[in-house]
Amino acid sequence: MHTTPIHINSMKWLHKNLFSSSLNTMLTMAALYLLWIVVPPAIEWSLLEATWVGESRSACEPNSGACWAFVDARIEQFLYGLYPATERWRVNLAFAILFLLFIGLFLAGTIKQLKRSWIVTLILIPYPVIALYLFSGGSFGLVEVETTQWGGLFLTIVIAGVGIVASFPLGILLALARRSEMRAVRSLAIAFIELIRGVPLISVLFMASVMLPLFLPEGVNFDKLLRALIGITLFQSAYMAEVVRGGLQAVPSGQVEAAESLGLGYWSSMRLIVLPQALKLVIPGVVNTFIALFKDTTLVMIIGMFDFLGIVQAATTNPKWLGTAVEGYVFCAAVYWIFCFSMSRYSISVERKLDTGY
Amino acid sequence: MEKNIETIIDITGLNKWFDYFHVLKDINLTVVKGERVVICGPSGSGKSTLIRCINRLEEHQQGKIVVGGVELNDDLKNIEEVRREVGMIFQHFNLFPHLTVLENLMLAPTWVRKISRSEAKDKAMHYLERVKIGEQALKFPGQLSGGQQQRVAIARGLCMEPKIMLFDEPTSALDPEMIKEVLDVMTELAEEGMTMICVTHEMGFAKTVADCMVFMDEGKIVERASPDQFFDNPQNERTQLFLSQIL
Repeated sequence: MHTTPIHINSMKWLHKNLFSSSLNTMLTMAALYLLWIVVPPAIEWSLLEATWVGESRSACEPNSGACWAFVDARIEQFLYGLYPATERWRVNLAFAILFLLFIGLFLAGTIKQLKRSWIVTLILIPYPVIALYLFSGGSFGLVEVETTQWGGLFLTIVIAGVGIVASFPLGILLALARRSEMRAVRSLAIAFIELIRGVPLISVLFMASVMLPLFLPEGVNFDKLLRALIGITLFQSAYMAEVVRGGLQAVPSGQVEAAESLGLGYWSSMRLIVLPQALKLVIPGVVNTFIALFKDTTLVMIIGMFDFLGIVQAATTNPKWLGTAVEGYVFCAAVYWIFCFSMSRYSISVERKLDTGY
Repeated sequence: MEKNIETIIDITGLNKWFDYFHVLKDINLTVVKGERVVICGPSGSGKSTLIRCINRLEEHQQGKIVVGGVELNDDLKNIEEVRREVGMIFQHFNLFPHLTVLENLMLAPTWVRKISRSEAKDKAMHYLERVKIGEQALKFPGQLSGGQQQRVAIARGLCMEPKIMLFDEPTSALDPEMIKEVLDVMTELAEEGMTMICVTHEMGFAKTVADCMVFMDEGKIVERASPDQFFDNPQNERTQLFLSQIL
């Protein structure tokens, strides 16, 4: 059988995709030129001319490239903040358990004995309790670590994780409430959503950390991290509610009618019929909100907490490491990007799994 | 066939408005057990609204609807009780697209009747075989033709073992070559003695299965007659006009 040689195929591909008209040829040339002026210097700076280890900024002086020694020297702090070094195994253990549970979740599709719903229940109910105990300790032989010592990537993940897990169901309830036939419920939901969406997250966090204690009676005081978590959760749930509402509106009314005509009540119809379809439709929007939430956690910096970005930023002002701000921010950007991109890829795989051709 | 004369649906003095639009005007209708009623009439005459009132998909403002001895009012318990005993087939099938055919059928028996999953599955397969579609059990609704989907919808309704089946233009959204397969299933059901109320334009079907024809126009029941009389000797001139247009 006759087959076209590869080099002819690739010539065809080039012609079709890059040089099909004079305008396209120009655009291709311009793009190549841009790559030429951007990529080699970036590689040179970040890899070829970079310094990887050293005790201070001066160790990086001989090379013109990035001073990754800064990240290398401070990585423990970036990951755990001020969490005591001898207790960091607790954080690692908690994340290792979570990691194993997620592996289980991925394998649940292939191994029959592993029920996905069991693992989800494990993650949602006993796991947070175990993690909270490991993180803060204070009983059964674990030293107490106050939340003011939590920091770095660890704190970022805690805030984002709690925010995501709590704001999602709350957002669904708010969305259902906003579409409720009961006027009082509907009005309350609308008032809450519009109020929260109308103010910046920074002001919500300020309210939670500065103003709320003023309103509480003397002596009643609860943890600053907890207040920040509540603030972020309420804020994101308002956005989540609107995303979910979009999905609810896209499910044809015939679906509810069919469910009702079979004798299903309101909650069963919502849970079994409407929400599975609505949530599938809004996966891109939901993940969008998750990603925004993940990055918004950096705002806890302004109420004096050192999340990942905050602690990197603080480290760049250390006299030993002056002049490493660029490296710090590039490192931060890369780590945030990895997390956000993973969420995005995961959502695509979920969408594919749920596709039943309608 | 000897009929057990037991009123199963009793509608008296029914009035319904959509905002200011008076859709149903002074409707009185009784249906006895095992009776097959076909409702026809021009579009916008209130046929669909009427049968949707029977399982309270539409709320009525005036009059009384009693289904199987239970009155439909604001009491949610009553509404759910009626809905358990009344199956409904829709013009657009309204199968649940995120569930397989089998899951569509098992859903209500397991969640509403609270029977075990294995029992629900047996029942589902039984009714799927009955509508001659057992081999499609594991497919999703989106993979079936319109006629197959409507037969699945009928099987889904039957899985609840209702006393009454309501059909709201069950063949109107189907391609012509698929209408027959659905009508055949409905005819079989009628022969088995199911109480049925059908809104349909399929006059051939009406002639063969109906015990009683109801003609509606502008929200009123204009004429109620046996099929013979209805088709051969309609009394009302609007009925005559309607029949002359569609036959």
